[in-house]
Amino acid sequence: MPKLTLVQPESGLDSEALEAMLAEEANKDLLRFLTCGSVDDGKSTLIGRLLYDSQLVYDDQIAALESDVKKGKGASGEVDLAMLVDGLQAEREQGITIDVAYRYFASPKRKFIVADTPGHEQYTRNMATGASNCDFAILLVDARKGVLTQTRRHCCILNLLGIKKIALAVNKMDLVNFSSDRFDEIVSDFEKFTKTLSFEEIVAIPVAAATGDNILNPSSHMRWYHGPTLMVHLETVDVASDRTLRPFRMPVQWVNRPDSDFRGFAGTISGGELRPGDEVIVLPAGKRTTINRIVTYDGELDVACAGDAVTLTLADEIDISRGDVLAAPDAEAEVSDQIAANVIWMDQNPMLPGRDYILKLGNQTATASISTLKYKLNVDNLEHQAGTTLELNEVGYCNLSISRALVFDPYARDRDMGGFILIDRLTNATVGAGMIEFGLRRATNIHWQALDIDKSVRAQMKAQKPCALWFTGLSGSGKSTVASLLEKQLHARGQHTYLLDGDNVRHGLNKDLGFTDADRVENIRRVAETAKLFVDAGLIVMVSFISPFRSERRMARDLFQENEFLEVFVDAPLEVCEQRDPKGLYKKARAGEIKNFTGIDSAYEQPERADLRLEAGKRTPDELVSELISSLEKRGFI
Amino acid sequence: MKTTASSYLRQLEAESIHILREVVAEFTNPVMLYSIGKDSAVMLHLAMKAFHPAKPPFPLLHVDTTWKFREMITFRDETVKRLGLDLMVHVNEEGVREKISPFTHGSALYTDVMKTQALKQALDAHGFDAAFGGARRDEEGSRAKERVFSFRSEAHGWDPKNQRPELWHNYNTRVRKGESIRVFPLSNWTELDIWSYIHLEEIPIVPLYFAATRPVVERDGVLIMVDDERLPLDKGEKPEMRQVRFRTLGCYPLTGAIDSEANSLPGIIGELMATRLSERQGRVIDRDQAGSMERKKQEGYF
Repeated sequence: MPKLTLVQPESGLDSEALEAMLAEEANKDLLRFLTCGSVDDGKSTLIGRLLYDSQLVYDDQIAALESDVKKGKGASGEVDLAMLVDGLQAEREQGITIDVAYRYFASPKRKFIVADTPGHEQYTRNMATGASNCDFAILLVDARKGVLTQTRRHCCILNLLGIKKIALAVNKMDLVNFSSDRFDEIVSDFEKFTKTLSFEEIVAIPVAAATGDNILNPSSHMRWYHGPTLMVHLETVDVASDRTLRPFRMPVQWVNRPDSDFRGFAGTISGGELRPGDEVIVLPAGKRTTINRIVTYDGELDVACAGDAVTLTLADEIDISRGDVLAAPDAEAEVSDQIAANVIWMDQNPMLPGRDYILKLGNQTATASISTLKYKLNVDNLEHQAGTTLELNEVGYCNLSISRALVFDPYARDRDMGGFILIDRLTNATVGAGMIEFGLRRATNIHWQALDIDKSVRAQMKAQKPCALWFTGLSGSGKSTVASLLEKQLHARGQHTYLLDGDNVRHGLNKDLGFTDADRVENIRRVAETAKLFVDAGLIVMVSFISPFRSERRMARDLFQENEFLEVFVDAPLEVCEQRDPKGLYKKARAGEIKNFTGIDSAYEQPERADLRLEAGKRTPDELVSELISSLEKRGFI
Repeated sequence: MKTTASSYLRQLEAESIHILREVVAEFTNPVMLYSIGKDSAVMLHLAMKAFHPAKPPFPLLHVDTTWKFREMITFRDETVKRLGLDLMVHVNEEGVREKISPFTHGSALYTDVMKTQALKQALDAHGFDAAFGGARRDEEGSRAKERVFSFRSEAHGWDPKNQRPELWHNYNTRVRKGESIRVFPLSNWTELDIWSYIHLEEIPIVPLYFAATRPVVERDGVLIMVDDERLPLDKGEKPEMRQVRFRTLGCYPLTGAIDSEANSLPGIIGELMATRLSERQGRVIDRDQAGSMERKKQEGYF
């Protein structure tokens, strides 16, 4: 426990002076920046140095560091400034940064929030997290190693995330004898790489974080350098945004209805400014109305601008809910259910085209799938590569198809209106981050053709309720046998049916697809869409597909209306199926002649809540079919 | 707020309000952990702003260890009454029956039973799917690493090595039954910001933050206030009256006072700007073992 040595406020600093100082403090502007670059380039040490030299490290924190050194935790037996920043045990033990750490400091000119991001490739998603709310970046390079793959990767992600100004801090200059030639060489390397990227300003600064050269104080070892120190640059770099000058946007976050007299729409203004009496358009519906009042706890406002969290009341009673966007009527946001976007993948499980993910953009939530992966971006040389999936930390340019019309602006114009995350439906993990380039078509111009003869009319003629029975289960469990027997009996009762069988469809509609995970997803998607058309035609459709993945069965279910889709789990143990082996496939799979065979070297994810479960290991197909028929009768389908 | 549009505090305020609203819009059963201190005071004030003219649409929860300063409890009850809010108070009755105290069982076990376990009991009993906490990233190393929306498993555990990426203001709010999210609206505020904001907004705080003459004993360099007769005095130990105040508030036997003359907000802020010690230096529980905050958080501590 260090001794308490409280310094009393300077004499003469009376409460009036303090008030003035506080007012000045509160009105300082704020720079949010990150430090990034390859592992061991000294990011955490650099921030430690900034904090230490700005006298923002407390005595007890220094004491804790010194105690770490005594315990042998400091790398070199000296106080390790990086340890001020690396807050997790695993980080301190391994001497690496795993997750982004946020630090707060101020100079007489500015307040700073700095995100110290990890350099290891496997933690790239944490680097992107740190960068997403920043306006400026310090990219570090070790003067001995120069520009590395990870330097380029981070540079690429900064560019994707729309950071326009960066500082290239060439660190550890002390270890290359403060050589200006080496510095020039690295800078010219870096410029070659960035010339096709869209940075507006790159300032290169030679520094030595461990010794403090050119951090706060100009280095006496590098008289050849005439530019600003890092701190001077941080204090002066101009990142003033033009958010207030942009057209008005406010995504509705929450509807405030304390009683029947008040109905307000709460949200954070993402662009422009607003006054009572201004006309706005409500998207995606396209209705117009006028702002009545801008309500806050501190009283009503005459004007609110970008960044403010406000509550608005409107002149007209129109239906508005969370996810709608209020926009300037003369500069609407885009509305589309098809978009093109850059996607950074952040999950161990690869992105599969066609699989449904949850998309969250501001206050809007929808289901989305990647319809096409146009290309993968090679972050090392910025080349475009063909690909079918995205692995962890890969970047791809994709078309996405969304379950409903999305209101957005291109990411380059507005981060809050154009940046989205993708969430896995089963694990709830955040698996991807996307930046919208543009809408592929204006959904507002494409309307569903309303048809006079619809599903109910067709079903009525057939005296049945159309539905899809989705048979899932291992190969050899008896799906096709049961489905085809059921069809015969339904036919005999005068019902109109159709059977889609996995093997048969693979000979026709899906003959271009193989057995990779990506192809299996597409296989199911096409079959589900086909089944949907047949249900629309009024038929009772049986689909007999192994369909091993929960998420794809879920995707199929989501295409249908409620009570139109029955998941039938044909449940026979693997041993029984393998013993039956009607097509001899298990034998081949065991012999290694077939790859990715469900149950052998590819997973079967059992249904958690099937609508019907058939004990196919114990009972005969006839028994199972009568069970099915009585269930369909009970549910009113036949 | 009496500041200009570009001001730093106004940005922080708006960001916090956005976070508060997001939880109410996305979760079915949120709760606000109210610990009575200055950070809770600011968080509650922000909640009053976020939902105005409605009241904050969630209850407050105070986990009472039974060892809080008496002035804190008085202040808590006054605040709830003044603002017309719902407050739930939870005490780990099992711990009370076992007579768990910081003196007989040590600060680590005491904190686990009366704070961490108590908190988990309360969260489980009401099935809250989101809980607001007033923690700030500038307080401590592991907090600096935590997301604004921080996922907790069914056992309330935090996995610091596998946090959900959190981009822009798109918070992933999805949980399964039993899982929950701890939400920290003050993540980006510093201690100085909190005090400046309290000053600008004239937010009421517990009087213990202001210097006054109070009975204290000095133990291992920490000044402990004798708040009631339960504090066991060592042989020959005599409380002395000293001009002190508290920089943070918790359980009185575990919270160190500092010698101070600051009896006004400008005085506190002036002192803060000049100090050479971090805020949590008075907290005994942070130091009971290395990486102790991170470990406590993994086990469900706020």
